[in-house]
Amino acid sequence: MNHFLIAPVVLPALVAPFIIMVVRHHMDLTRIFSLASTVLLLAISLVLAAQASTGEVQVYELGNWSAPFGIVLVLDRLSAMMVLLTSVLALVINLYVIGSGWDKRGANFHALFQFQLMGIIGAFLTGDAFNLFVFFEVLLIASYGLMIHSGGTRRFQAGVQYVVYNLLGSTLFLFALGTLYSVTGTLNMADLAVRVAEIPAEDTALLRVGAVMLLLVFAIKAAVIPLHFWLPASYANAPLPVAALFAIMTKVGAYAILRMYTLVFGPDLATTEGLAGAWLMPAALVTLMIGAIGILGSYRIGRLVAFGAITSMGTLLTAIALFSPEGVAAALYYTLHSTLAAAFLFLVADLISERQGIEITAQRLMPQSGLIAVLFFTGAIAMAGMPPLSGFLGKLLVLDAARDHDMVWWIWGTILIGSLITILGMARAGSLLFWKSHSIPVAPSAETSQQPYEEEANEQDDTAERSAPAALPFVACFALLSGLILLTIFAGPASHYAEATAAQLFAPEIYIEAVLGKVTP
Amino acid sequence: MSMTFLNIEFLVASAVGLLTAAGIYLILRRRTFPVILGLSLLTYGVNIFLFASGRLMVNAPPILNKYAEVPYTDPLPQALVLTAIVISFGMTAVVVMIALAAYLSARDDKIDMPHHPEDEGEDA
Repeated sequence: MNHFLIAPVVLPALVAPFIIMVVRHHMDLTRIFSLASTVLLLAISLVLAAQASTGEVQVYELGNWSAPFGIVLVLDRLSAMMVLLTSVLALVINLYVIGSGWDKRGANFHALFQFQLMGIIGAFLTGDAFNLFVFFEVLLIASYGLMIHSGGTRRFQAGVQYVVYNLLGSTLFLFALGTLYSVTGTLNMADLAVRVAEIPAEDTALLRVGAVMLLLVFAIKAAVIPLHFWLPASYANAPLPVAALFAIMTKVGAYAILRMYTLVFGPDLATTEGLAGAWLMPAALVTLMIGAIGILGSYRIGRLVAFGAITSMGTLLTAIALFSPEGVAAALYYTLHSTLAAAFLFLVADLISERQGIEITAQRLMPQSGLIAVLFFTGAIAMAGMPPLSGFLGKLLVLDAARDHDMVWWIWGTILIGSLITILGMARAGSLLFWKSHSIPVAPSAETSQQPYEEEANEQDDTAERSAPAALPFVACFALLSGLILLTIFAGPASHYAEATAAQLFAPEIYIEAVLGKVTP
Repeated sequence: MSMTFLNIEFLVASAVGLLTAAGIYLILRRRTFPVILGLSLLTYGVNIFLFASGRLMVNAPPILNKYAEVPYTDPLPQALVLTAIVISFGMTAVVVMIALAAYLSARDDKIDMPHHPEDEGEDA
């Protein structure tokens, strides 16, 4: 058995308590251990991705209990890709947080960060539905702490809403799992797949209820309309670098939908046929449109990017809801892109809001305005899906995959109009923030002329103080930007990997056989 | 066993239904305290539901006996519900703390966020 498979879960699980218990009072040590852990995590996920790219499905049996009885971790191409994406994102955000000093504004940031990584990676790796619930809770409880990091009235209020909404989601998850267990007598995903296929179609009322509840739970996580209400308020009021990390959390929901509805309730299964596809597709299209309109209507930089994340979830789920190998391959490529793009824009939004506050209004020209404007511009291009960045290729793949679908005109129309509205919204925000600001100092200059020395000195102080420690955040932003550029340049290999992943997802026998050993079909 | 109207399945099912209904009513309230109470009731409901998902057996141990054909109950839901209880307890503690922080900070325990721009942005 390959013990390496559990390393990405165990590593943050050990580093987090170590940080709390041993080095809590030493900020530098905390940062070193947190960063080292994240770097190591990236190395581990690279190795795992290399192992998974051979197409073999690896299984790790916890406590050496064999499959349907014990909990298993399963590594296939999809898990490996998501783990790799998580650790890349984690490293960049860790750099940003250290560089911008966000981790000093409240207690225990890095410990919570590591627990969050543990939960996310565990959710991607587990092969057991109840264990998925447990890892969801791990990532959620860490995210509660991260969301209210550094406090403030609005953040606490938004935090209460976020926690309550997610607790309701967890309760629904348990109801769904209980229902599934009472029908099938198992919660191992591979075993579930075998049992569900065996149940005759007329006895599946309860099973279908369970499947719908499970879809609702994952739709809450993925912020699908009409279950998205938690997202804008919580992402916009969370510290924005944390929101950048949360960009992967909505993908956990998308991942779970993809996993459960290809493996357990597969597209060929007669009992739940069209259940996910028929409901998910319209919901995803509406999600896309509402997200785009939200971008246009946002008066705050955090909400702007949060609605951008909703739009990209809409596009992503549209591709998933096609439930064809091409659609899933497009969705996977778009997942890579949209996670990096949303995180990138959140970080740029933090650069902006650190300098001039959270409102999208024309104010005095911010320090490093030109550089940030360039970053925002590229981020907006990526988010809207304009060439030359990977968003364009991702959307093109989605459009291409939808060509043979019944609702093709709806899909194309929604994606294209949604992109147009996104471009408009981003252009509005960008021109208010960066161009109109050039015309602002004219008015105050009359005022300042009365006491030019003082004001000027203050301004210089201000700029100097702010620009001095600002290198690392920009490094993090450019790292994400280069990730997007690499994804564009190496779109060929990336989409080949995505196609191979989709092929693996649509051949669940390999997964089931790897987990349960040889089973007679 | 099902001779009487008040058999155990009926009682447990009604308990789950009542707890869930009361929980849903309470989480739709406007202040955090009833909402948290509602969440607790919902988790009680779901815990009983999970426990019952392995079928209800009376006077049966959760152990397989290889020497004799004795009735046994499914042990897995018991393990699941234990996990769920621990998690929901921890989560309730967290939500109480966050709600308390929000209350002490805003001097108001409404669950809605203020919408007027002048009320907002004080911590921008």
